[in-house]
Amino acid sequence: MSAPNKSYDPVEVEALKPEEIERMRDEALAAFAAADSLDALHEAKVAHTGPASPLALANREIGALPPHAKAEAGKRVGMARGAVNKGLAARQSELEAERDARVLVEEAVDVTLPHDRIPAGARHPLTTLSERIEDIFVAMGYEVAEGPQVEAEWFNFDALNIGPDHPARGEADTFFVQGPEGGTESGLVLRTHTSPVQIRSMLDREPPVYVICPGVVYRTDELDATHTPVFRQVELLAIDEGLTMADLKGTLDHMVQSLFGEGMKTRLRPNFFPFTEPSAEMDMLCYVCKGESVGNPDRPCRTCSSEGWIELGGCGMVNPRVLTACGIDPEKYSGFAFGFGIERMLMFRHNVEDMRDMVEGDVRFTRPFGMEI
Amino acid sequence: MRVPLSWLREYVDLPATETGRDVQAKLISAGLEVETVEQLGADLKGPLVVGQVLTIEELEGFKKPIRFCTVDVGQANGTGEPQEIVCGARNFAVGDKVVVVLPGATLPGGFSIAARKTYGKTSHGMICSGDELGMGDDGSHGIIVLPPETEVGKNAIELLELVDEVLDIAVTANRGDCLSIRGVARETAIAYGLPLRDPALIDVPAPNAYGYPVQVSDPFGCDRFTARTVTGLRPEARSPIWLQRRLQKVGMRPISLAVDVTNYVMMELGQPLHAYDRTLVQGTIGVRRAEEGEKLVTLDGVERKLHAEDLVITDERGPIGLAGVMGGANTEIADHEVTESGVNGTTDVVIEAAHFDAVSIARTARRHKLLSEASRRFERGVDPQAAAAAAQRTVDLLSLLAGGTAEAGVTEVIAPSAPHTISVPADHPDKVAGVEYGRETVVRRLQEVGCDVYGQDELIVTVPSWRPDLVDPNDLAEEVIRLEGYENLPSTLPKPPSGRGLTHRQRLHRRVGRALAGAGYVEAPNYPFVGEQVFDQLGLEADDPARRVVKLVNPLNDEEPALRTTLLPGLLGALRRNAGRGSHDLALFETGLVFHPREEQRVAAHLPVDRRPTDEEIAALNAALPEQPRHVAVVLAGALEQSGWWGKGRPANWADAVEAARAVAREAGAELVVRKGQYGPWHPGRCAELVVVADGTERVVGHAGELHPRVVKALGLAERTCAAELDLDALEAVGDGAPQAPRISTFPVATQDVALVVDQSVPHAEVEAALREGAGELLEAIRLFDVYENAEQLGDGKKSLAYALRFRAADRTLTVDEASAARDAAVALAGERTGAVLRG
Repeated sequence: MSAPNKSYDPVEVEALKPEEIERMRDEALAAFAAADSLDALHEAKVAHTGPASPLALANREIGALPPHAKAEAGKRVGMARGAVNKGLAARQSELEAERDARVLVEEAVDVTLPHDRIPAGARHPLTTLSERIEDIFVAMGYEVAEGPQVEAEWFNFDALNIGPDHPARGEADTFFVQGPEGGTESGLVLRTHTSPVQIRSMLDREPPVYVICPGVVYRTDELDATHTPVFRQVELLAIDEGLTMADLKGTLDHMVQSLFGEGMKTRLRPNFFPFTEPSAEMDMLCYVCKGESVGNPDRPCRTCSSEGWIELGGCGMVNPRVLTACGIDPEKYSGFAFGFGIERMLMFRHNVEDMRDMVEGDVRFTRPFGMEI
Repeated sequence: MRVPLSWLREYVDLPATETGRDVQAKLISAGLEVETVEQLGADLKGPLVVGQVLTIEELEGFKKPIRFCTVDVGQANGTGEPQEIVCGARNFAVGDKVVVVLPGATLPGGFSIAARKTYGKTSHGMICSGDELGMGDDGSHGIIVLPPETEVGKNAIELLELVDEVLDIAVTANRGDCLSIRGVARETAIAYGLPLRDPALIDVPAPNAYGYPVQVSDPFGCDRFTARTVTGLRPEARSPIWLQRRLQKVGMRPISLAVDVTNYVMMELGQPLHAYDRTLVQGTIGVRRAEEGEKLVTLDGVERKLHAEDLVITDERGPIGLAGVMGGANTEIADHEVTESGVNGTTDVVIEAAHFDAVSIARTARRHKLLSEASRRFERGVDPQAAAAAAQRTVDLLSLLAGGTAEAGVTEVIAPSAPHTISVPADHPDKVAGVEYGRETVVRRLQEVGCDVYGQDELIVTVPSWRPDLVDPNDLAEEVIRLEGYENLPSTLPKPPSGRGLTHRQRLHRRVGRALAGAGYVEAPNYPFVGEQVFDQLGLEADDPARRVVKLVNPLNDEEPALRTTLLPGLLGALRRNAGRGSHDLALFETGLVFHPREEQRVAAHLPVDRRPTDEEIAALNAALPEQPRHVAVVLAGALEQSGWWGKGRPANWADAVEAARAVAREAGAELVVRKGQYGPWHPGRCAELVVVADGTERVVGHAGELHPRVVKALGLAERTCAAELDLDALEAVGDGAPQAPRISTFPVATQDVALVVDQSVPHAEVEAALREGAGELLEAIRLFDVYENAEQLGDGKKSLAYALRFRAADRTLTVDEASAARDAAVALAGERTGAVLRG
């Protein structure tokens, strides 16, 4: 490095000649462009922007120039260095982008690989279907009521107007519970329906009573494709002033619409149950064929056997005698009730062909139903 | 009840075009459950004619006896020549009239008849049995031999009324009247708006004093007894074809004329009847309750010990019939039998048409397990006013068909009773239905079902004798509503008061199910029936309370007479069933009730129903019920984590079972203490006792861990099967409903790790508890991150537990000294409590 030279002619300083500066700039830019990796670019960066680079050296020469020349040379070198730095940054981000893209390609995986490390569990569809039905009525303001499964005969029969000699009592296929010392008289049974929960609900509450009673019930049927001795019911009870059969019909219609979609409806057919009067058998429109398979042999419907309707269960207006047994004034209050089996509904709603599939606990049956239904 | 359409048409003039299916639809809409319409003879095609057997040639040399017959079929075969037919039956002789099917005909089941070679002859048709014609099995399996007066060549399809439709109706318990053609005809007439020709409306002679003597000493049990006598019956008289056919169509087997006639009239009018052989009845017929120790052989040949409540029919000797259920063998009508001295058989009969108390008959029928056509009707209600007509109809038919003579004596013993009347507001049906029918419609509909109706706003309704089920105002409302059509009811929605959603307990049950399913468990609900041997297999001690069970009187399976006290038998059964079907990596759960008998067992009382029971009465009923807590259980076998491209799998182990229990407790918001335990079904070294603290008292709520190898073997399970079971109700009871929000400090955390060496028998839980307590309130979290056992480095019987402790203060950044001091205090207390030494 030379000392300041007051009489120095800038033109005489080789390194600060305009064409020299331009060359240095162009060489740097060419080196950056030629760098094909971030490492190569780093080398070019050191060579062309580092303290020993030609432009840095040239910059130092400026100090030796006479004041009048400093400004112009400084401007020239500054512009060149600016252009070089800008070129470097551009190439840097270009190469970084290339690298990032390459890394992403290299990190690609086979996303179709399974990851069933812990196979999914599931709740039983009978449980979830029952809950689904409960939720429909809970949304309307009903309470869910539960009760014991070993039940006093008074709750299961007598209070429901099924006296000791009522023919229906003999037809109920009841499991009887042994009494003290293994005797046959205990006054207890495995409940044959969830209706005793209705009785308990009426005894526990002041009217109005709006409850839904889901639960396990028992009848002495052998297990086969269409019967099971242990099954689930949902029953509903509404007690209020001025309730009518039209309200019963509307409530049923609302339920099947909630479960099977708009346009669904129910049909009532007269029947007899001791605990309701009037009583009815309830059918729902076949949700698959909407009744169009009836008399239409070209379009048979497996779900309803081309009947157009699917049998659901029993219903009716609560027999005033039942209200009396529960201490509710039948002159003031009336009510309706219905009940049906969850197994049957699961069968026709989800094409279950054999009742046994629902009771044997085979994980292959239950898994596909997941958490909700 | 099976109802032939042809019989129904006798009382209702249905349009000729109405089919059985049309009638079915109408009756269903009116409330009779017509389950099926059977099409009799639907695929039957003639010629099917009456023939007379002319010759019989016995063919020899075949495995069974075969006859080659010639049969005169008149002009039915077009030639008038005898028809040559091969026949395998033997119950006929030359001269008998038989049913012949000719070539070209089709029998039921699509069986086409053509001339064919058989047994070396050509058979031009067949001589038919009842089976082959779809008439129902008459028990003989032989061919039909027609009465001798039957005309040869006559069309047998018409003669035997082979083409018909039969409605099969499931009659509900309240409609005893519809267990008769008369009752169904009445419903049909109403449904079609047509008049009914009531078969019970016949002339009946007035009762008099010279009929067969009858003494009713229990007028409550028997409020009506009609007796008639017919003499001079021809013993050889048989039921005519039309009568036999009607009985067959309603599902009864023709037996003998007198029996057939009583059955026929019962089907027609619904009144059960009994015919006694008068020569076998000694003296006055009585009706009374049986005396303890009395016996009676009923018509089915069974000797029955009578109960003091049984209503019996007696003569001077004692019981001759179980009233309203079944007659006695000692006065049975004798079928005719041909002996050397001529034809023997009953010639004189006494006909009983009585009305018995429904409850008494129901009890007797159940007590003797003897459900007869008669008891079925009496139990459901028989029209008492039809008794005299039914007796008359029987007398008429016996006279007509067997040449008998009706004696002029007519016995009728009647306990006076007033017809049942119901007072009902005229708008009551409207209020029940939610429809404005109006008084006029209400009155008209009630009159249609046979009621007499008076009054304006308040109707006084007298119900007909054949509808004892009409008792309350709502019964009348139902009649009006069903006849106006249930299908015409509008659809409205009531407005319940605003609800509060599910209860805490109900939400918990759902949450537990979701948590376990989320952890990979599959719900498997099981039957609660168990056999007591399962408690041995589970290794329960002899005095284990879980061995005390609630038992059933009538279990489905004698091997499983009890109700479960634990969910394990069912769940382990499901595990085994799945394994048997090739699924071996299994995690199952169940929530459900278990049943524990009370210390002191009591019989639940039968409370009255005409009022609300008192709170004390309800409490007493509830106290008679077994305890029925809800349990939750899980079982695990095979791999919990599968092996795969990610690496190795992991078998389910005891810790998974314990973690499932913890997960359940977390859902319940219950603080669960897990400690080493020992209980029957579990491996003694791998059993966790699960404890909660309620009101300062510890309570064991379940166990978790690996099952005992003996249990695994006894139950045929996979090795290392694990299980957990918890009392969900007990967890719920201690659950803390609303978690409190922690204060979140934003100052930096100070982390300190410590490794402590303890005896192998020291449980981690104790070490952790001591560390926690010793560290004080600066400790934010503690986590065990390693368990290390190495005899060389640690010494025999030692293990190293490594914990990460996180310290943080709410109001400042902790200094290293502060954190270290807290750590040292923690280690010191652990050392004091558990002998833990900081690992060097």
